[in-house]
Amino acid sequence: MTAGVSIRAVTQRYGSALALDGVDLEITAGEFVVLLGPSGCGKTTLLNIIGGFAEPTSGAVLIGGRDMAGVAAKDRPTTTVFQDYALFPHMTLAENVGFGLRMRGMAKAARDAKAAEMLALVGLEGRAARRPHELSGGQRQRVALARALAVEPDVLLLDEPLGALDLKLRRAMQDELKAIQRRVGTTFVHVTHDQEEAMAIADRIVVMNGGKIADIGPPREVYLRPKSLFSAGFMGEVNKVPVVGGKSALGPLAVPDGVLCIRPEAISESGALRLGPCRVEETTFFGTYLRAHVSPLAAPDLRLVVHLAQGAAPELGSVLDLGAQDFVVLEA
Amino acid sequence: MRALSWAYLAIAYAFVFLPVAVLVAFSFQDGRLPVPPFQGVTLDWYAKVLGDRDLMAALVNSALVAAVSSLIALILGFLAAHALARVRLPGSVLLRGVLIAPMTVSYLIIALGLLTVFNQTGVRLSLWTAGIGHVVINLPLCFAITYAAMGDHQKNAERAARDLGAPEWKVLALVSAPMLAAPLAAAFFLSVTFSWDEFIIAFLLTRFDVTLPVEIWSMLRSGISPATNAVGSLVFLVSVTLVVVLEVFVFRRAKT
Repeated sequence: MTAGVSIRAVTQRYGSALALDGVDLEITAGEFVVLLGPSGCGKTTLLNIIGGFAEPTSGAVLIGGRDMAGVAAKDRPTTTVFQDYALFPHMTLAENVGFGLRMRGMAKAARDAKAAEMLALVGLEGRAARRPHELSGGQRQRVALARALAVEPDVLLLDEPLGALDLKLRRAMQDELKAIQRRVGTTFVHVTHDQEEAMAIADRIVVMNGGKIADIGPPREVYLRPKSLFSAGFMGEVNKVPVVGGKSALGPLAVPDGVLCIRPEAISESGALRLGPCRVEETTFFGTYLRAHVSPLAAPDLRLVVHLAQGAAPELGSVLDLGAQDFVVLEA
Repeated sequence: MRALSWAYLAIAYAFVFLPVAVLVAFSFQDGRLPVPPFQGVTLDWYAKVLGDRDLMAALVNSALVAAVSSLIALILGFLAAHALARVRLPGSVLLRGVLIAPMTVSYLIIALGLLTVFNQTGVRLSLWTAGIGHVVINLPLCFAITYAAMGDHQKNAERAARDLGAPEWKVLALVSAPMLAAPLAAAFFLSVTFSWDEFIIAFLLTRFDVTLPVEIWSMLRSGISPATNAVGSLVFLVSVTLVVVLEVFVFRRAKT
């Protein structure tokens, strides 16, 4: 089961604070959408509104074309995977996973079978009789996922589900989450503040800031062709050079007016957009690349971050003639 | 210094337990009076007590009143605690205070107040009225214990249950209450022990059927005998058993 979600001009006010400011978003059925942004950007508020844990001050939410106004969380075709798992500690894994089915009146034998199937889906086959406290954090999160998917929701909401896991486990779980989503075909709406996680799993990333959508698109597009300065900065490191009338601190540049944004890895000695000679101020070896701080001779106060090839070993103080292969110019 | 602290410990425990030890010891007195000298061991008094119809009836009454009133106090206290912990109500601090307030009122005042109310409204005194009195004294206790135990942990699990389609009463019955099993059991057993021992309220609010402490009191009016010690020992045994059950099955499990 899967369904699309329409969010139409949703505004959420808490007293005088504006948590969401006229958000419009169309999510297609079966899509894996990630709501990405810093804390306080409204992403969790939006998730709560889709899940029915909060009613928007104004605007509408439609799931599968059905208006959700006044529909309680328990009656929505959505389920949620919570950051702290929120498993029922007094129940076995089978009872946890079967809980939603029990609420829908399914007989015990049938729901135990379904629970076993769901536990197998998340790689926990044969542990049906265990209790949550016997599991590790990653395993608990898998149970939470199995529990939320067992009722075959149209839309699965994930509220920073990997936030409590350590980095290595988080990366492993991302791949798995993506694979499971492909398998079940349910619409996933996933909230995170980790842009690497967002890029690893999303079909589409929705970058949010200050209660508004700052950018939206597939990972490649949001990273390489951001539509706002906020989005450019949030998705990764970026060098920003203001350009007015074809002139900049680096000298004349053949780009439109605005802020020239260049990713560190887009700068090299062969780049097409010439940035001019730059002095190497500092280098750090990062394994897959060499990170260097350089300052253009034309503008010694300006510092650019450049990712050079792993094998590069420029002397400190040496001068490199650099150019950018790829860049965007955004409105300031 | 070390010896002194051991001595202090011994004296402190003796102070607390000597009266109980003497009571229990003289319940085995082979003689007419439960006072020294100790004249030998007999179980006659226990036989007499256990064969006494009125006493046994009072014992059953006490157990019933304790169990039913504690259960009601527990349910009401749990529901109130859940509501005040989960829902933002205007004046919830005041509501909480008012719920706990009866703890500070003496049992005598509560009993007299209830007696007046029952007389005015024409409710006849019975085990039920005594039970109502015990609900009044145990409700604040049950409320305070369960309220203190409620945390975000349960709150999130409750949210998950709702998200999975559970109506509110099932959230309470299948998630909130089982997650609070230990504090709920603690509140229940404490209520039972308080109700089991309680005299003033039971004395003022019962008439023909009475609870055990009231029955013992009427035994005492006809003079002391080792039989009263035997009853006292039995009451003490029940209380101790409850506390041990609580310790072993509730508190110890809650720690693991």
